[in-house]
Amino acid sequence: MAGAAGPAAGSGAAGGDGDDSLYPIAVLIDELRNEDVQLRLNSIKKLSTIALALGVERTRTELLPFLTDTIYDEDEVLLALAEQLGNFTGLVGGPDFAHCLLPPLESLATVEETVVRDKAVESLRQISQEHTPVALEAHFVPLVKRLASGDWFTSRTSACGLFSVCYPRASIAVKGEIKQYFRSLCSDDTPMVRRAAASKLGEFAKVLELDSVKSEIVPLFTNLASDEQDSVRLLAVEACVSIAQLLSQEDIEALVMPTLRQAAEDKSWRVRYMVADKFSELQKAVGPKITLNDLIPAFQNLLKDCEAEVRAAAAHKVKELCENLPIEGRETIIMNQILPYIKELVSDTNQHVKSALASVIMGLATILGKENTIEHLLPLFLAQLKDECPEVRLNIISNLDCVNEVIGIRQLSQSLLPAIVELAEDAKWRVRLAIIEYMPLLAGQLGVEFFDEKLNSLCMAWLVDHVYAIREAATSNLMKLVQKFGTEWAQNTIVPKVLVMANDPNYLHRMTTLFCINALSEACGQEITTKQMLPIVLKMAGDQVANVRFNVAKSLQKIGPILDTDALQVEVKPVLQKLGQDEDMDVKYFAQEAISVLALA
Amino acid sequence: MRNRAAWRHWAASFHRACRPTSDIISTVEFNHTGELLATGDKGGRVVIFQREQESKNQVHRRGEYNVYSTFQSHEPEFDYLKSLEIEEKINKIRWLPQQNAAYFLLSTNDKTVKLWKVSERDKRPEGYNLKDEEGRLRDPATITTLRVPVLRPMDLMVEATPRRVFANAHTYHINSISVNSDYETYMSADDLRINLWNFEITNQSFNIVDIKPANMEELTEVITAAEFHPHHCNTFVYSSSKGTIRLCDMRASALCDRHTKFFEEPEDPSNRSFFSEIISSISDVKFSHSGRYIMTRDYLTVKVWDLNMENRPIETYQVHDYLRSKLCSLYENDCIFDKFECVWNGSDSVIMTGSYNNFFRMFDRNTKRDVTLEASRENSKPRAILKPRKVCVGGKRRKDEISVDSLDFSKKILHTAWHPSENIIAVAATNNLYIFQDKVN
Repeated sequence: MAGAAGPAAGSGAAGGDGDDSLYPIAVLIDELRNEDVQLRLNSIKKLSTIALALGVERTRTELLPFLTDTIYDEDEVLLALAEQLGNFTGLVGGPDFAHCLLPPLESLATVEETVVRDKAVESLRQISQEHTPVALEAHFVPLVKRLASGDWFTSRTSACGLFSVCYPRASIAVKGEIKQYFRSLCSDDTPMVRRAAASKLGEFAKVLELDSVKSEIVPLFTNLASDEQDSVRLLAVEACVSIAQLLSQEDIEALVMPTLRQAAEDKSWRVRYMVADKFSELQKAVGPKITLNDLIPAFQNLLKDCEAEVRAAAAHKVKELCENLPIEGRETIIMNQILPYIKELVSDTNQHVKSALASVIMGLATILGKENTIEHLLPLFLAQLKDECPEVRLNIISNLDCVNEVIGIRQLSQSLLPAIVELAEDAKWRVRLAIIEYMPLLAGQLGVEFFDEKLNSLCMAWLVDHVYAIREAATSNLMKLVQKFGTEWAQNTIVPKVLVMANDPNYLHRMTTLFCINALSEACGQEITTKQMLPIVLKMAGDQVANVRFNVAKSLQKIGPILDTDALQVEVKPVLQKLGQDEDMDVKYFAQEAISVLALA
Repeated sequence: MRNRAAWRHWAASFHRACRPTSDIISTVEFNHTGELLATGDKGGRVVIFQREQESKNQVHRRGEYNVYSTFQSHEPEFDYLKSLEIEEKINKIRWLPQQNAAYFLLSTNDKTVKLWKVSERDKRPEGYNLKDEEGRLRDPATITTLRVPVLRPMDLMVEATPRRVFANAHTYHINSISVNSDYETYMSADDLRINLWNFEITNQSFNIVDIKPANMEELTEVITAAEFHPHHCNTFVYSSSKGTIRLCDMRASALCDRHTKFFEEPEDPSNRSFFSEIISSISDVKFSHSGRYIMTRDYLTVKVWDLNMENRPIETYQVHDYLRSKLCSLYENDCIFDKFECVWNGSDSVIMTGSYNNFFRMFDRNTKRDVTLEASRENSKPRAILKPRKVCVGGKRRKDEISVDSLDFSKKILHTAWHPSENIIAVAATNNLYIFQDKVN
């Protein structure tokens, strides 16, 4: 907003004799036009306070006209304004005056920024419910018509979202008009508007009478689904779902399926992608019979589509598709009609396809049962565990729990181990990080013995990784393992190894010891902390590297609450006091902080 | 003049005064209605001209373009990772279809595309609670009633605000941007890659073409220009330094590395020379408004291709064939690498492109006539009529003819634009912008 800067928030105290309650409001009003966006935003967010102070009359006659023309502002301010106005009915005098809110929202519904427009439409929809049927036809419907016949496509796109809220409450004559307007937007010149209409088609169909759906919506749907722009056609796929939900089986077959079949074989991969992406919704909407006859063959085609994006989207849906099949005969269908295609995908040329499949394939185990899993799925899992792409392997490992329930993890452990080891030593640290995060899960499923034997050394190796993020993740991994396997296990296997690192020549490794102690002390409890960890920490207070020393101070602060008062006073306090006199500034700072937090002063 | 009936008079109606050298115009573009004309310059500035509204008593003034808005679109930057300076020069401007009362355009330098909003404001709020009319603070004690600001008319103000910045997607220099007919996406092309963007999303783009070889030493070809089909949202073309054009269909696959059509004219062995490859490089490619044809400009010719015929162009026009004998010196002064652009008129019947010595050429596709005109300050007094120019090749020079040797190669016309529906053209001659209008009657 233009204009001179108003005073900053809170500058100047409220005047002594003036009306105290007016001053803060006056500031808020002035800041509606402050140069600082944050202050304007702040004022807009308190618009209800301003309106309350002005009263309903002045809000209607002065505040709203001002806001109607305030469309030059930053998006975030406009967004906040659009949102506020949706809840303003009470502040303008209740439902009888709800129509006063339409002009500002109308101008917000024409701005170029989609989020603002969408929010204005949302608020308009909200307000439409507060209109009486008479007011709706007198004020709201004319607004929708104005937007729908606006010169610019921004206003016409906004109109698309408003038909469904006024239709159910309108009189028969007006209903006819509304449908007419919607029809014309469906064949608008600009693809933007046709897209908006296509995306609201389903919603509009839901409020229409069934006859109108069949006689009017379906032709619109068919047209949009064969639009020359693929960006419009792909939205018709979504409308498919909503429309199918409204129709009987015969009608779906006659009115929707021809279009859906066409979409599944569209020349544009983006449309086919959309079919793959919405497959579960489509499957539910058209029911089991059509699914078996039509959708399964379509799905098979999508799984072997020439475009990798489409195959990946379809692969993502494999599990959901199988789950949603009718239980009776499910196994046969999957075994005969789906599995052969999945087998192909396991060795797909595109890694995104393989990794999409890997993220869901384990879910099939529960559906197919133990025998089928061992015979048919297990070879696939094993092949994917050896895949060249780390993401594929990670996706398999991260979903091990599904298989564990069905066949037990032992079946896999022989192949699992090399896969884990390879990932653990991958050259990309992000891959190493990902596998660390699955360690607690794996440990839980493989059991303590297997873990100690095969994986423990990996967990220790990560502690001295050359990437900090890995060392950090390794530390918190240890904590989670201790929570799983208990303190005794920690004392025997983890703690000694961690403590040995305190003597490492590399100061980064010595610091890792401290970080581990920070993480483990709580899980290990007072006894281990006091007897085994504390002496090491205290010893490290004499380290020659300042970074180690101030981390000692930080560690002491962290483990202090676990120790008993005796240890604190006798052992910790003198060390911290000594560090408090350290020549290094940071060491001093953290030592003093620890002293005050632990109340040792 | 009257005898050359195919060419009606071109009257200069406006011309922009000389400006400092940092302001060499680097792109010219009319918006979809032709009411606005944008230029970008070497200094990163965008200047928008608006056509004068018709007024009753000054009928002849209609057509003059006056400055509407000027703003700094790009600033010089430095890429610290690569130790590279990034020039602020505006390489291309493209207007978006109008979506509300404001105008939107994309402007790009070598690396970053920006979406600008140009809007008008004619009202301003008045009235504060804590200040009086002169801006003096009021004593808070005197505030007994609340004032809501009121909007009052003010002088028209045109503002340009950056709406989106599409950065960090191009390793090489952006040579083209093109808005898709779906109004939702646009593409940006650099030497080796083409990216597809959604207007709403700035933090990711899709790579649709990548011709970068695994080993850069095997590089033989670069992308020189790219454009979307005017109506089919799935089709685009890109041209290469080898003189070929590829047409891709985005429906076929997400990555358009494999073209659908490949336009190439077999080389004439008799014309083969050291410079053949350089002069066959395409510097601009443009779809006709109808979408049926594409036009390409190489160093010496303009070619029109039918989308349905890939093996040769349907029309070839010589822009300045007299330079064929001077290629050696043009190579030495680097002029041979100049990137001339080309444009269609509104009905696709005439094409225009630039040359040297401030000359520009027009070719009528129906009558096959052509004309050379000159954009210079001397002959562009308002309403002066442009005289056709002629370059003589042989020894004897007639009156009004210019010899090839006296052409000034530093005065080049690289960028021109044609009004979408009327015979109004904009010609950028280094740091001057000329607007010529067909004189009716």
